[in-house]
Order: sequence, then C-alpha cells, then structure tokens
Amino acid sequence: MTEYDRILADLYKGLTPLNKGNIALTENTELLGDLDLDSLKTMELLLFVEDSFDISIPVSILPDVKTIGDLALQIEKIVSA
Amino acid sequence: MGLFSKFDGLASSRLELDALGINPFDVKIDKIISPTEGIIEGRHTILAGTNNYLGLTFHPDSIAAARTALEHEGTGTTGSRMANGSYSGHRLLELELAAFHNKRDAIVFSTGYQANLGMLSALAGPDDVVLLDADCHASIYDGCRMGGAETIRFRHNNAEDLAKRLRRLGDRATNTLIVVEGIYSMLGDRAPLKEIVDVKREYGGYLMVDEAHSMGVLGERGCGLLEELGLLADADFIVGTFSKSLGGAGGYCVSDHPELNLIRYASRPYIFTASPAPAMIASTRQSLRTLEKSPHLRQRLHDNAVQLHTGLSNLGYTLGAPPSPVVAVVVEGKVEALQFWQKLLHLGVYVNLMLPPATPNGVSLIRCSVSAAHTPTQIDAVIAAFAKLRHA
Repeated sequence: MTEYDRILADLYKGLTPLNKGNIALTENTELLGDLDLDSLKTMELLLFVEDSFDISIPVSILPDVKTIGDLALQIEKIVSA
Repeated sequence: MGLFSKFDGLASSRLELDALGINPFDVKIDKIISPTEGIIEGRHTILAGTNNYLGLTFHPDSIAAARTALEHEGTGTTGSRMANGSYSGHRLLELELAAFHNKRDAIVFSTGYQANLGMLSALAGPDDVVLLDADCHASIYDGCRMGGAETIRFRHNNAEDLAKRLRRLGDRATNTLIVVEGIYSMLGDRAPLKEIVDVKREYGGYLMVDEAHSMGVLGERGCGLLEELGLLADADFIVGTFSKSLGGAGGYCVSDHPELNLIRYASRPYIFTASPAPAMIASTRQSLRTLEKSPHLRQRLHDNAVQLHTGLSNLGYTLGAPPSPVVAVVVEGKVEALQFWQKLLHLGVYVNLMLPPATPNGVSLIRCSVSAAHTPTQIDAVIAAFAKLRHA
C-alpha cells in the first residue's frame, strides 16, 4: 500500500461519520459538491486527519482542495516534507 | 460564468430572507438618542448590540475634544502619514497608548480591522508560521493571508492543542507567531491566557493578543485580559481598537520590540491609506483619559453584564459563556434565530444576529452586548423582552 493509498483509506474513515447520504467514496468525490461538507465539517475532517498523521494542515491549502483525491495529495506533500 | 455568478449563493440567501420578511443585515437606525437608545422602524428601541462597552460615544469631554480638533485641524488629514506627514495628535496618541499598556511604543491604524491586517501582513511572511486560535476574527485570518504566512489553526481555547502543533513545528516553533484574542466576540468567552503563555514559554515563539473586546473592560486599569492576569509583559504584541470601549474608529498595536517602528515601512494597510481624521484622534485621546480615570465605568459594565446574564440564565436560555459584556444566547435553527431576532426588535430591543458559518460550532446566536451606559431598568426591559419570547 502506497503512502497515498494509506492517506486515502484514512480519509474514507474520517469521512464516514460526515457522509450522511452514504455516498460511495472515491478519489473523485467532491467534499462540497457531493458530500455537502460546509467549512465546519471540513474542519472536523482536517482535525481528524491532523491527529491521525501527527501533522498540521495550513489553511492556505483549502482553496486547492475540491475532491478527496486533492486533499490526499496535499496531505501526502505535508507528510513527506 | 459571468463576473457576478460568484454571488449566486448570496443572492439566493438574500431571497430567503426577503421571503421571511426579515433582513437583520440592513437595519436602519433612524435616530440615535444616546449610547443605549435609538429610533428603529419608528419605535423607541434599547440598543443592546453596539459594542459601546463604556458608553463613551456621547461623553461631553470627547465631543468637546473632537469639536476643537475639527475647528483647528480640519475635517481630514487627506492622506497617509508616510506621504503626507503626521499630525502631532496621532503621534501623541501612540505614546499615550504605549504608556497605558506599559509598552515601549505603538502604531495607530485607521481601523481595528487594518490594525490586524497591517501588523500580520507585515510581520508574518511566506517563510513564517502563524498559529492562530480557530475562532479568531476575520481580520486576523485576512492579515495572515495577505502576508502569505503558513497559517495553522489550533482548537479554540485549547492550549494543549497549541502545544501539540508547536511540537510538530520542531525548530520552527521559536519563530512562530501565536495569535489569540482576550475576549472572543461571538460568545464572549475568554482565552486561557495563563496556559497559552506557559506553552509559549516552553516552546518559544511570539505572542500577539487582540484585546478589541477586552480593552476598557478587564484589568484594574482597563488594559484588558493580559493586565487582569498579570501577563502584560508576556505579550509581544497587543492589538486593540478605538471602535468599542473608546467609542470612535481606528486601531493600534503596542509592543516592546524596537522593530515595531519598522512595521510602518513594511505595512501596506498602514502606508497606503489615509490616517484617521484629527477629530477622531482627539476624541479617542480624551476617551482614553476618561477610561483611565473611571474604574466605576468598568464596575457598572460588569454589574450590567451579570444582571443580564443572570436574568437570561434564570429564564432557561442557553448562554455562550460566563458573564462578560458579550452575552450570547444560543437558538436552535437559523430560521428560528431570525424570527427570534425580529420579535425582539418589535419589542423594542436591538441585538445582533449571528448565523453560521460566521459562528463557532455552527450555532445560531442572539448576541447582546452590554454597556456601562445601560441603566438597570433598561437591562430589566431587555430581560423582560426575552421572557415574553420564552413563553410565547
């Protein structure tokens, strides 16, 4: 399992309680468009991921994140830095 | 995609408000009678959402000082201090603010928003890290964005989470700027400054405290939460505003760091804007003098806050924080909060309506702000209006 896959798996886990519509999660699932995550729910997700990987995610990455895959890529960059 | 298509979401939200017949973001105050009273929609209304904590907007000494400055120095400075020069009053106010906070020097900005924007954008560049409380004001977020610093939020009022994030930064922690507020504007809760200072002492870094809602309110001399906790010397930068306790408009930052003066040369929101009008500087200087010699105003403000907090609590309302000049009532549901706010207005009480996403934890808030100028009878009238709605 690559680092990216491990991050994706963790994101799916973190998204489970926020995925009210039980939408099938893929890399292309949009956080706002498909999952309807507002800024508060997105912050909940980020806090989960931050603790899970012992990292801090800068707020400036958020405008570049549309899908679960986008977020996984950003986290991969931080983890590997 | 047109230029205005980005506003589609706002347009539909506005239509929803129109359908309900309520627009809390477009209240017209037909006449201001005093710091605590006005005429709205033809009704005599108690103003309990002004942030006019000490009620100094109508103080005769401040008005007289402004009038004198207006007559002798004119209506405006017509430019930036860097380009057009500094009037003596602007510099004197800086020295007075520095002395008031026991700090070496101060910079005055044209608004409180610009004080945060100007300080943070200049202090924290692309190679720096800012750790800010998640509930910090938009001006703090905007300042960080403008400077291009790596900006990381920590959980609201959670010193342990701050420590965890400083640990993750490793060697970079010592150059990190930590930003918190004295009293948070939405719920009226205080920062755990003692614990935050302890974390800063352990990991290093610099501390900026925005005392916009606590200056004039807390501390024996009214400096704010840092003074109340005996921590004034632990803050590297203290930011404040003239538009709350001092009853004017403008902002400032005080610091012991001699480099503060260099900020003037690096801060675009300081350089590229007109300095405050002389009358504003004059009334602010006078209000600061009044604040310093009037501890009874802080006592009255505290008494009024406790009276309102106790009254609403006894009615069974869920309140955001222990007593402070900001008393926030949690209301379930956006539409319910809108209707509640409108009913209060119809009962002659003006407060603030705060809706998500501007609020912490996605709650809807009826936010009251108390003034030293409120009479106990006015506070009772506000409580009575809330009581009517409780049983409606």
